[in-house]
Amino acid sequence: MDISLQQVEYRYQANSPFERLAIQNVSIDIPSGTYLAIIGHTGSGKSTILQHLNAILRPTEGKVVIGDREVTNAKKQKNLKEIRKRVGIVFQFPEHQLFEETVEKDICFGPMNFGVSEADAKVRARRAIKQVGLSEDILQKSPFDLSGGQMRRVAIAGVLAMEPDVIVLDEPTAGLDPRGRKEIMDMFYQLHKERNLSTVLVTHSMEDASQYADQIVIMHQGQVYKKGTPREIFYSPEGLIELGLDVPEVVRFQQKIEETFGTKLAKTCITLDELTDEIEQLFKRGEPK
Amino acid sequence: MNNSVVKIENVSFKYEGQEQYALKDVSFQIYDGEWLAIVGHNGSGKSTLAKLLNGLQFPEEGRIQIGGIDLTEETVWDIRKLIGMVFQNPDNQFVGTTVQDDVAFGLENNGIPREDMVERVQSSLKSVKMEQFLDQEPHHLSGGQKQRVAIAGVIALRPKIIVLDEATSMLDPRGREEVLDTIRELKNDHQMTVISITHDLEEAAKADRIIVMNGGELYREGIPEEIFQMDEELVGLGLDIPFPVKMSKMLKAKGIPLNKHYLSEEELVTQLWTSHSNK
Repeated sequence: MDISLQQVEYRYQANSPFERLAIQNVSIDIPSGTYLAIIGHTGSGKSTILQHLNAILRPTEGKVVIGDREVTNAKKQKNLKEIRKRVGIVFQFPEHQLFEETVEKDICFGPMNFGVSEADAKVRARRAIKQVGLSEDILQKSPFDLSGGQMRRVAIAGVLAMEPDVIVLDEPTAGLDPRGRKEIMDMFYQLHKERNLSTVLVTHSMEDASQYADQIVIMHQGQVYKKGTPREIFYSPEGLIELGLDVPEVVRFQQKIEETFGTKLAKTCITLDELTDEIEQLFKRGEPK
Repeated sequence: MNNSVVKIENVSFKYEGQEQYALKDVSFQIYDGEWLAIVGHNGSGKSTLAKLLNGLQFPEEGRIQIGGIDLTEETVWDIRKLIGMVFQNPDNQFVGTTVQDDVAFGLENNGIPREDMVERVQSSLKSVKMEQFLDQEPHHLSGGQKQRVAIAGVIALRPKIIVLDEATSMLDPRGREEVLDTIRELKNDHQMTVISITHDLEEAAKADRIIVMNGGELYREGIPEEIFQMDEELVGLGLDIPFPVKMSKMLKAKGIPLNKHYLSEEELVTQLWTSHSNK
């Protein structure tokens, strides 16, 4: 399912003394199957965009097209369930939203809310729990007896069980250790490929964005500062550094090498392997000028 | 630097209703004025350790001594004056409606006289560079600013030891740097000891010493160079290897002459330049 934001503006508490402009003139296309990362500081408008992706918010100007639905300020939207079913959002610290007595009930809650029968929901729960890398016997446990990492996976399974076409992730690895972080990110990447999902990742982590995303959007003060493929974005990282954003370690190191050696490497490296090869070439090239 | 301010001797602890020990027979010392990083996977016992240091929990077995005082239910109030804690989520730590009220809160609780209090609020906010924000409401601040106010609240009480329990993990890169720079300055100016519980290995690489926790046990302690020589072993423990070390390894494997695995990018670049010029 394609999603597209067209010149979207959003003001919180519009027409009141507390009015605050959160985003303006934001245009982003998310064709079906894209892995998009949205990056920016706290307060740059990331979360506001996120809430437009399944019509939690309606733009105050411009429009959001979600599949064949058009969401604008003009008309009160009806029957948003269809959108919510197809665009699943994994919020920050999703484990805080677990509430049922058993893991199975918790995972089934979403699908059943959207009219799936209990029997079907249970089938989905079993599939989802495996997809997040947990074993089926966890289904009968209380979610509150699980470790933090397991709870997060259960919460994610709850979103997957709705079988969305688009999955939106808000800082999905916050608070996890490096191994947990890598496992979760790899898991989403695999799901993205296998189920041909569109994935939107909202993150602080340039590392994750550069490794997993096809497209990156950098937000700054409520506007799109830059968008493109990771290689396009990191071709000239100076602007990002000026904004106080991280650049991936590989990009930063390439910059230091280029400064010290007084020469440009042949390409913008995104992975450690690429950078190692380029530095090897630099040594083969022989004496510095 | 060899006076120990914290002594932990054979400490074991388990949470109520749990069968597994969160900490098993852990012993180590923390020295006056050092920056100690405690790393480990989720559930390795890091945060439990922080709670024990501050008497939020008490060990089932073993002994904890802080500033030469045995930590018990009787001494816990004195010991809390020695230790300041900064937690992960900046939003969970605000109690005051303005920045200065928030910093004053801890002082009021400790019965500090008013004139003294006013002075300490000012000076501690100044030391974290937040003196411009005295009357701001907390929700107008960025994450990094909030954490710096939380630190000011701790500093105002003049603790000997400051414990950062993943205090920068929810911040963006700029916020993280702001907070760490602030702590480094304070540590130098006030001769404080810093205990930083963290997943951020770049930060741990800058510590004086690192303790690696695994499954409730102390797995290894050493200076950063020693710890990061553990290499793949760290990955097995659910941790990671800092970037410069990874880079050094991969370049060495390509036959580029490097003497060791470097812990800082600057060192590595300099070394690469040198060996390139000497070819």
